[in-house]
Amino acid sequence: MSTDAVVMAVLVAAALAVTLGVALGWAASRIEPDADSLVERIDALLPQTQCGQCRYPGCRPYAAAIAAGAAEIDRCPPGGAATVRALAALLDRPPRPLDPAFGGPKPARVAWIDEERCIGCARCLPACPVDAIVGAPRQMHTVIAAQCTGCELCLPPCPVDCIELRPVPAVSLRYRQPRAA
Amino acid sequence: MTELLLLALGASLVNNFVLSNFLGLCPFIGVSRRFEAAAGMALATLFVLTIASGLSFSLWQWVLVPLGLEYLRTLVFILLIAGIVQFTEIMVRATSPLLHQLLGIFLPLITTNCAVLGVALLNVDRQHGLLESLVFGAGAGAGFGLALLLFTTLRERLDTADVPQAFRGVPVALVTAGLMALAFMGFAGLGAR
Repeated sequence: MSTDAVVMAVLVAAALAVTLGVALGWAASRIEPDADSLVERIDALLPQTQCGQCRYPGCRPYAAAIAAGAAEIDRCPPGGAATVRALAALLDRPPRPLDPAFGGPKPARVAWIDEERCIGCARCLPACPVDAIVGAPRQMHTVIAAQCTGCELCLPPCPVDCIELRPVPAVSLRYRQPRAA
Repeated sequence: MTELLLLALGASLVNNFVLSNFLGLCPFIGVSRRFEAAAGMALATLFVLTIASGLSFSLWQWVLVPLGLEYLRTLVFILLIAGIVQFTEIMVRATSPLLHQLLGIFLPLITTNCAVLGVALLNVDRQHGLLESLVFGAGAGAGFGLALLLFTTLRERLDTADVPQAFRGVPVALVTAGLMALAFMGFAGLGAR
């Protein structure tokens, strides 16, 4: 095989690769709308409680609705004023108070289980979007307050209504390493 | 016209790529657990097969043959198929993120679906024209999709069946695939080549 044929083969393969690369890059920039990354960034600011208080099935659908301009940024009670401020900064819109139709502003609260009345039915466990409830069937349940987002999704499944929302305790809930004696 | 119809029929039923040529078995086993994913995979493969057979034929006819580089065809076709698959992935991600999630790794794996390369090489070997290549590719894609969807519905039923311990999972799926291949033998002699 002559050198020319080898050079030609390399040139053809390289030309094809470059053509495909340029075409794909162009397609990626044209077809993939920028809105997608905007949805990602909005979704990152939402609290990911998937509580549905915004009347969308979860945080990501709500983020998509905000990005598409179909929903205002004031529908997220678990996120509170802080989330609205962050969203307003991201989208360059004036911040606004939470819409009372979706729950309005609430003090930060966490779920609390009345352990005297808990019958250990474990129905609140699958309802919790952040797995903040510890428990097992026929065992008493309790809420990890530091994990709880106060989304209220555990309230409806409880058959004995032993879960209520209480203000976040004033003391820090972070676990501290005990000092060595 | 009759010729083209027979070609498509032959590629999709008589010489079904999965069940009589045993090409493309990886997605056939891998993506046949859920009907939604299988339907998406069938459509994506149909799209890729049709585009790939048309483009690979054009490349063969107007670049490789005039330059005397026929021996490069496997390399060039694989490169082309990879590009088309990547394009398909961009399209699917932009139009249906849910489908993109369902298909997962199997979407980029269409690149290594031997049915796609097989169609491109068979087009060249059988000296199909451009139109014939497109019809052959679409027929092969339709046949792949048909086999995949039928197989998926069977597997969804198998999930609830009382299968002996030793055959659970993939073994019984492979047995089912073999029985389906036998059934597809019934199409032999439909008059297609």
